[in-house]
Amino acid sequence: MFRFARSRAGSRVPALVKAVQSMQQTKRMYFGPCKTTEKTFDKILIANRGEIACRVIRTAKRMGIKTVAVYSDADANALFVREADEAYRVGPAPTSQSYLNVDAIMDAIRQSGAQAVHPGYGFLSENATFVKQLDDAGVAFIGPKEYAMAAMGDKIQSKIIAKQAGVNTIPGFDGVVRDAEHAVAIAEEIGYPVMLKASAGGGGKGMRIAHTAQEVREGLKLASDEAQSSFGDSRILVEKFIEEPRHIEIQIIADHKGNVLWLPERECSIQRRNQQVIEEAPSTHLDADTRRRMGEQAVALARNVGYNSAGTVEFLVDKHRNFYFLEMNTRLQVEHPITEYITGFDLVEEMIRSAAGLPLTTTSQDDVRINGWAIESRVYAEDPEKYLPSIGTLSKYQEPHSWKTPNDVRCDSGITEGSEISMYYDPMICKLSTHGPTRDQAIATMEHALDRYLIKGVTHNIPLLRDVVSNKDFAAGRITTAFLAEHYPGGFKGHRLTAETAFQLGAVTGALQFIREARESGDVSKRSASFVLLIPQLADDGAASKLEAQVTLELLDSNALRLDGSNQFRATVSTSSNGSQAANIDLRTQNITVKWKIDQPFVETSDGTTLQYLDPLALGMRVQFMGTKFDIDVLTPEQRELMRYMKEKEKLDTSKLVLSPMPGTIVSVAVKPGDVVAEGAEVAVVEAMKMQNVLRAPRAGTIKAVHVKHGSTVSGEDILIELEDEKTN
Amino acid sequence: MRRTLLLVNRQSTRGYAMANTRSFEIQARIDEKRQAALQGGGPPRITAQHQKGKLTARERISLLVDPGTFREYDMYVEHQCMDFNMSDQKITGDGVVTGVGKINGRTTYVFSQDFTSYGGSLSKTFAQKVCKIMDRAMQVGAPVVGLNDSGGARIQEGVDSLAGYAEIFQRNVLASGVVPQISLIMGPCAGGAVYSPALTDFTFMVRGTSYLFVTGPDVVKAVTNETVTQEELGGAGPHTKKSGVAHDAFDNDVVALARTRELLSYLPQSNRAPAELRYTVDPVDRADAALDTLVPGDSHKAYDIKDVVGRIIDDARFFEIMPDYARNIVIGFARMGGRTVGIVGNQPLVSSGVLDIDASVKAARFVRFCDAFNIPLVTFVDVPGFLPGTQQEHNGIIREGAKLLYAYAEATVPKIAVTTRKAYGGAQCVMSSKQLRGDVNLAWPTAELAVMGAKGAVEILWRRDPDGRAKAEEEYNRLFANPLPAAQRGYLDDIIQPSTTRRRIIEELEILQDKQLKNPAKKHDNMPL
Repeated sequence: MFRFARSRAGSRVPALVKAVQSMQQTKRMYFGPCKTTEKTFDKILIANRGEIACRVIRTAKRMGIKTVAVYSDADANALFVREADEAYRVGPAPTSQSYLNVDAIMDAIRQSGAQAVHPGYGFLSENATFVKQLDDAGVAFIGPKEYAMAAMGDKIQSKIIAKQAGVNTIPGFDGVVRDAEHAVAIAEEIGYPVMLKASAGGGGKGMRIAHTAQEVREGLKLASDEAQSSFGDSRILVEKFIEEPRHIEIQIIADHKGNVLWLPERECSIQRRNQQVIEEAPSTHLDADTRRRMGEQAVALARNVGYNSAGTVEFLVDKHRNFYFLEMNTRLQVEHPITEYITGFDLVEEMIRSAAGLPLTTTSQDDVRINGWAIESRVYAEDPEKYLPSIGTLSKYQEPHSWKTPNDVRCDSGITEGSEISMYYDPMICKLSTHGPTRDQAIATMEHALDRYLIKGVTHNIPLLRDVVSNKDFAAGRITTAFLAEHYPGGFKGHRLTAETAFQLGAVTGALQFIREARESGDVSKRSASFVLLIPQLADDGAASKLEAQVTLELLDSNALRLDGSNQFRATVSTSSNGSQAANIDLRTQNITVKWKIDQPFVETSDGTTLQYLDPLALGMRVQFMGTKFDIDVLTPEQRELMRYMKEKEKLDTSKLVLSPMPGTIVSVAVKPGDVVAEGAEVAVVEAMKMQNVLRAPRAGTIKAVHVKHGSTVSGEDILIELEDEKTN
Repeated sequence: MRRTLLLVNRQSTRGYAMANTRSFEIQARIDEKRQAALQGGGPPRITAQHQKGKLTARERISLLVDPGTFREYDMYVEHQCMDFNMSDQKITGDGVVTGVGKINGRTTYVFSQDFTSYGGSLSKTFAQKVCKIMDRAMQVGAPVVGLNDSGGARIQEGVDSLAGYAEIFQRNVLASGVVPQISLIMGPCAGGAVYSPALTDFTFMVRGTSYLFVTGPDVVKAVTNETVTQEELGGAGPHTKKSGVAHDAFDNDVVALARTRELLSYLPQSNRAPAELRYTVDPVDRADAALDTLVPGDSHKAYDIKDVVGRIIDDARFFEIMPDYARNIVIGFARMGGRTVGIVGNQPLVSSGVLDIDASVKAARFVRFCDAFNIPLVTFVDVPGFLPGTQQEHNGIIREGAKLLYAYAEATVPKIAVTTRKAYGGAQCVMSSKQLRGDVNLAWPTAELAVMGAKGAVEILWRRDPDGRAKAEEEYNRLFANPLPAAQRGYLDDIIQPSTTRRRIIEELEILQDKQLKNPAKKHDNMPL
């Protein structure tokens, strides 16, 4: 059918050909056909970069609008620049000189003749002055009016407006409590539990939670003493304590004609360092009534400020489903795709329509329904343990598209294989969203999509994402904003092998080696093989150990071993941990079919596992399994036997060195040779990709040498500062 | 007992023993000698060897060859020395294990020096054992792998030992270019002994346990008063980074032997046989869009030539030779469409990929190896020229650079070159140019073939007119900073889209398979040394 449409179009209407081609280039469709038939704009400029620029371009193309990209020097080859119809350079790599350079962007608007500007998120998206400049230039801003943006941009003012609009805010007493009885009176009024916190506070010091009047009296004394000693200020505030808080937000869309709709919520509780990692829509926590009340309050707030675009009202929701206004974001949110997935709205389309003076595609709240479940994982170029960004070229990059039926997996990204993750911008690689009729199915699809996501060249957080979506508490919907901190208190250490996953990993890795050796020797007639695998594992405290697995494989197919297809094996795996003296031996035998084209990245097995074959190593291979990378020694029994005589090579003693954790620029150096420092004292700050990283002394001592100065460019693992033991005379 | 011993026992002649007393007695003596040979220097010395993190000669062989395939020769050999009471001290096998086995099913000759027997020192009979398998290897056309772990000459034998070394050197030279010769240094290798590995094609070391030097730290101290450790003088570090004597180093014996097996899979058995085709599912026409943007637009920005190579060859599998020495040039083996190729690439990441003395010598020997064994050469060119300066000139960049030029010019194997960016000056001529009988010379659109860069050229041409330089530089760039002038003169066969490079090279290699080209008959050439 599709081919027919193309051939017909090809002969007659060139514009149609182009539209069809752009649809083919568009990775997939998530929100049905374009609903807009009216004229909106001829040309819009996207004042942003990366995935969100690509996202806006996609909808603009669907609407028949020409697109203009602006780019910095670092992005000259970027995907969004190639996808836009026109592109203008706005400055060098640093954002302050490019994507925040209003003058250059205004020039690009003038030169290109763009009639409207979509700001994406971040950068100029919530800059009221920029909106004013556009207004003055007669260019439409695809977003809210300057007044609404400014009103919601101010945290204090937005709370006051919210209160006026009848929106729940966190109850509390704005003044300082006089004494214990005053505190109890306030607590009774707010309702328990309450939090007593230091007026001058921060960092958890001088904070107490109280569930009863008695606890308020005791807590006040302790809190004010602590506040006095910590901050020299004993004044205490009282506010409602939010139990098991969740971050849940309501999407609203509005137009110029006073239509405001609320769309179902997004649950954004899985966060690290206040940055969201996994979001879903809807939330397992809300019932229909709470959802409706939150939606109606959000609409009331939007009406109150004359809101006329897409926006998001954030709430904090406690375990009793009490909800409290946090703030309103007057832009398209990063996590908007999951809302599109379950509602069928194209939020960018609605924003463009509104900016063009058209009404929303539907103005009836009853038309807003929840269709299935959607989950979004933010794939970052960062290590999953300490969240330090990683930069480099994506030497291999394959998004998990075509492995399943269309539309179940959506990738919002702005990169392709060979793209560079630079130190100047946000290290997000992609927003990977999946959809299913139920939450369980959306999760299962997400697990598979993460397994089929091939990324090489930078460190990424897929190991963490994969572990979270397979976590039992996550499956049960037991999520709070403290999820990551509670489940990975010492940082994420990689997938912990269970008896079952150890069998899968052992059997498949053994099978890959069997196939590889058959190719090396040019002999596919061998029927069985035995290997010893050493699989690294990290304990919670970071201690490394190796799981030893003896793997025996017998080929079950009557044919010779296939180097490019399915092979069925009878696999026996016995594992024992050499980290502990009392070795737990687990022995399993199972039939397993392994489908692999030799040296290709993806390995499928009969039990539904997908494993990635990443690289051969000197003695084995690197594979990705359950999201985590494993460097596995694959040895013949004889190699294993003789390996025991080999000595571990001494690693560089780093206890007296401060190494650069990543490539970046030195922003400051706090010490000079001869200084005496305490353990944990700041010695330097290195900046990469908008993130400043404070480097601390690994131990107490005297600074022996400083190899860098302000402005130095460093690579990962560079030695920056050397320490020596403090001299004792 | 270890598997090795059991394995060798299976070959015992026990089964043929006859029932008369005399032959029974002979059988017992044979068995005794065999057992003695398997024990080498005996259990205490084997334990000492293990404590150093080293394997024994036989354990090494068992990891090098396919299980059960090793056939040992000259197991009963004993030395004939009578001086210094040596006739009382005989270790059966005499300090070296020699024989033939299969590596991934292909015949390979091996000698493995046994440090537990007389410290692996070389006697006349020791040398005879080694020479015997080298002669066989040349006759049948199979590689020789030498596992070196020896204290040096057996001093008690005096000049006999020296003669033994020289016998081996002679065979190394005769075998050069006939069969691949690989040396693994897995312990000490000092004095005259070092020259055998030096004559072979590839020398690998084991980090921390191997040393190569002509004279050890004690002699160095006595002669030059320089204090230096074995590791600093002749460890894997200095030889893989500074001297270039070793082609790579590995963490331990197990890894070194596994990697040697891997290297051999790329090589032909001899100069009479082609390298084996290897099965791959990597499509021969695989296009790689990332190559189109890999070379930075700004010609002052570096990129890693190994990224380019990895994206073009089969399965991104590159066996790099000398990765830590003269890193401004990259050499190594890869496969394209299943066939082994030798890769040479200037490395823009290190000193802009400039050619200096070390880089020229490194690449020249590799080019000659490939030519000797009929391995096609694929060269990636991005070279700003030869490195200037007194250090280079006074150390003979003229002579040393000529070696690479010579190697490319004399090579008759298929030669394909892809210019990715700069190809300036004499270095352009050297790097597999059309005039040096390059078969197919391709360029990416980012290529610039010229005598020199715009800035340098304008400074010469507009020497007396500094004001006109800016304009002239622009003009020069417009004219020369692209591949067209060279293509218009036929110095380039084609300008190709980078993403299609893999397909083009494989197609050309297939056509060039039947290439016939011979150098004029001569006794031998006289390349600059």
